[in-house]
Amino acid sequence: MALLLLTLAGCGGSQNTLAPHSHAATDIANLFWVMMAVAFGGLALITGLLVLAWVRRGRRGFGADPDDPHPGERPGWFVVVGMGVVFPLVVIVALFIVANGAIINVTQAPAASSTAMTVDAVGHQWYWAFRYPGTKAVTAGELHIPVRTRVNLVATTADVIHSFWVPELNRKVDTIPGRQNRILLYANRPGIYRGQCAEYCGLQHAHMGMLVFVQSRAAFRAWLRKQAAPAAAPATPLARRGERVFLDGPCSSCHAIRGTSASGFVGPDLTHLASRNTLAGVTIPNRRDYLARWIVDSQHFKPGNQMPNFHLSRAQLGALVAYLEGLR
Amino acid sequence: MWQSRPGVLGWVMTTDHKRIGLLYFWTTLVLFGAGGAEALIIRTQLIQPNQHVVGPSVYDQLFTMHGITMIFFFIIPMTTGAFGNYLLPLMLGARDMAFPRMNALSFWIFLASGIFIYTSLFLGIAPNAGWFNYVPLSNAKFDPGHAIDFYCLGIIFNGISSSLTAANFIVTILKMRAPGMSFNRMPLFCFAFLAASWGLLFALPSLTADTIFLFLDRNVGTHFFDVAKGGSTLLWQHLFWIFGHPEVYILIVPAFGIATEIIPAFTQRRVVAFPLVAVAELLVVFIGFGVWAHHMFATGMPTITVVFFAAATGVVVIPSTIQVFAWCMTFITGNARFKTPLLFIAGFIFMFVAGGLTGIMFLAVPFDQQVTDTYFVIAHFHYIIFGAAVFPIFGGMYFWFPKVTGKLYFELPGQISFWLIFLGTNLLFFPMHIVGLEGMPRRNYTYPAGLGWGPENLAETIGSYITTVGIVVLLANLVVSWFRGLPAGPDPWHGATLEWTIPSPPPEYNFAVIPKVSSAYANWDYADREEDRRKLAEGVMVLEQGHEQPVSSPVDGWWAEIVEMPHDSPWPIVLALAISIVFILLLLHLWMGFCFALAGIVLALLGWHGEEPQESEA
Repeated sequence: MALLLLTLAGCGGSQNTLAPHSHAATDIANLFWVMMAVAFGGLALITGLLVLAWVRRGRRGFGADPDDPHPGERPGWFVVVGMGVVFPLVVIVALFIVANGAIINVTQAPAASSTAMTVDAVGHQWYWAFRYPGTKAVTAGELHIPVRTRVNLVATTADVIHSFWVPELNRKVDTIPGRQNRILLYANRPGIYRGQCAEYCGLQHAHMGMLVFVQSRAAFRAWLRKQAAPAAAPATPLARRGERVFLDGPCSSCHAIRGTSASGFVGPDLTHLASRNTLAGVTIPNRRDYLARWIVDSQHFKPGNQMPNFHLSRAQLGALVAYLEGLR
Repeated sequence: MWQSRPGVLGWVMTTDHKRIGLLYFWTTLVLFGAGGAEALIIRTQLIQPNQHVVGPSVYDQLFTMHGITMIFFFIIPMTTGAFGNYLLPLMLGARDMAFPRMNALSFWIFLASGIFIYTSLFLGIAPNAGWFNYVPLSNAKFDPGHAIDFYCLGIIFNGISSSLTAANFIVTILKMRAPGMSFNRMPLFCFAFLAASWGLLFALPSLTADTIFLFLDRNVGTHFFDVAKGGSTLLWQHLFWIFGHPEVYILIVPAFGIATEIIPAFTQRRVVAFPLVAVAELLVVFIGFGVWAHHMFATGMPTITVVFFAAATGVVVIPSTIQVFAWCMTFITGNARFKTPLLFIAGFIFMFVAGGLTGIMFLAVPFDQQVTDTYFVIAHFHYIIFGAAVFPIFGGMYFWFPKVTGKLYFELPGQISFWLIFLGTNLLFFPMHIVGLEGMPRRNYTYPAGLGWGPENLAETIGSYITTVGIVVLLANLVVSWFRGLPAGPDPWHGATLEWTIPSPPPEYNFAVIPKVSSAYANWDYADREEDRRKLAEGVMVLEQGHEQPVSSPVDGWWAEIVEMPHDSPWPIVLALAISIVFILLLLHLWMGFCFALAGIVLALLGWHGEEPQESEA
């Protein structure tokens, strides 16, 4: 199992908040570095005072006058008021203005007119579905956006609270039942960025990843055109048998394949399954062996996920996988 | 007159605050062991990517129970129940709490609620939606069965105990002070417990309402949190955090109180800026009620709301920085002796400042929204809760061990235990900052390889093992010292407050003569202590006629009247049993039985009031 998943690391994408690839994420990362430097200064100051007390242990404290029952009370007050009230207030006000006056304008929901396109992200237990309003395109686990384009991301949920989070592109936003939360999605350069559900959402919260593919605008337009089209008809006799297995069996009650009678909405839309790199919320790579094993034993990879293990004959499984692999 | 019954019956029926404090101590120590074991399993599961020590279902129960246990069943009952119960009357110069039987009742309810909620874990159906239990994940649709019912009822059950304790503490601190102990002469420890008790009393109703709503939604079909029927899921979060953030200060302010007793004893100096520190202890809890929504910055609240709560979060920093610098200046201007208790307090200041500084970072809303729900937050609040609440608890265990047992602990193993715990917790919690910034979300039962999170997690797990060893050394030291330690005498540290004026362990009646107080550091007022000894010899102010105790006026702490205190009583445990039956029947949905059991509570209350103490004739 460990070996199987090791291969997935090759699927690309990291989710490091300190490796930003957008204005918003860069501002947040820079803010952190400054805050961290100040924080280490503060911690060093307090540690220094404690170490000073340790160095002078067993000796009478500062404040000299041996007749004074409370030596050093007056300078003590000055330090407590100066360093305990005035100094932190100055630091906090400065931080407040920079973070909540300036940077927040980049990270809060974008103004409606300022974005070029909209993507809907819908959290499900336990995968992300992405829709492109104005087209029929629906995908799962993998989101494509054009580079250097302001994308209005609308995060909603189909069940419980999730949190949409691609740290290298922006901060996170929760999906709240009955509400639409929005953030700006923007990437400086093409690449693959990993994200993950950040709000605990049940048994398989750990396996609710996503990949954001940032493409050139032309490549993105081509991709979207293809995703918006209905599924390709099965090309071989084997794949045609697989389509029958899919449509006559339990699969179609939970999954949709546009262009066929399958229109379930519990599991991910599989119309262009074969065009994706990963399966099951970026849990396993989308390869024939994994796909076959997932169908018969999904509970091995994601215990508790909503797809039961199916007992298919070898022939049925082979046909089904052939059909799914044709859904490009 | 103040003698307890011998044997087990004496403990079951006791109303002595010291015995109740010890009962709390042993019970919370067992529950600390349970919460610690849960943490160790969690850390072992996360030692490397894709481990299978436990599956997701068990893991979810473990982290939920870890949170519930450490907050509701360890830190609150350990600080208020054990330390507060044992020490407050001793510091105030009183012979018992204001309501001794209510005190016993809160212990028995606490014990029953602990057994109640741990039954769920042994049945394998423990709460599994996290300690803040967000809806809709915790509603009947997504979490059928009894797990969340255990949560709702267990929290309400435990809340009764905490509320009783808080009310008792407030009255005790306001009314049971020794003559002369006006507010400006009250030890800082008592200010801290006054603040925490007010906090508990005002914060808990919000959580109780929240859990009652959820219980009704799950079992009766109401729609408080059901968006489809006009309810609100965010209502749960608001009500939860209106409790949940003051709760953080309720956890750490008693620890501040412990620190403000240990520091003077080991520096032989009054705390610098005493009045500022006293006010800061009260203010931190008060302002803490205005910051709850900073736990919800990622929920999509309007910008103006978010910024308001960020500003409030900035304000709440100030009382804490005042205290930190006051402690540090006391270290420096005093004559510091770094014995084990003071080491733990120095460690506590370091940890609290480290956790506080990352806490200040969260008032930067964009940064909060980036790292909330990641291990960065886990690192932050473990520096606060382990570093700032548990370190002083450990320090306090060492500090008051001679008072409670009459024996000295062994110093060298004590210092070793400190360094193991200090290094262990930093190795355990510091890498969590890094792995959180690298994008690791919390509450994941496993994580993929290839994201670079393995080395940090390995270090954290090793740190958790070192911390465990340190805690074992600490406990072993205390147990061995209990049997083999040298006699401590009444005042081994030359401590500052009244508990050091009486023998160790304290007699049942605490103070043979009602002490005179003319400063917050009464044990250092030698003239007053001399006068107490003279009065004892002359038989003045000893109140030996009855089970009696003076009551003070609330503000200036002067002599108001003398009351007869209740004796040992069976009714607290009987009433606690009746209340337990009510909760069990609610859990099993036996509504008719529930109504009959309510009658049982009424009967127990009647029995209780049948033996009221008589008005004193004196």
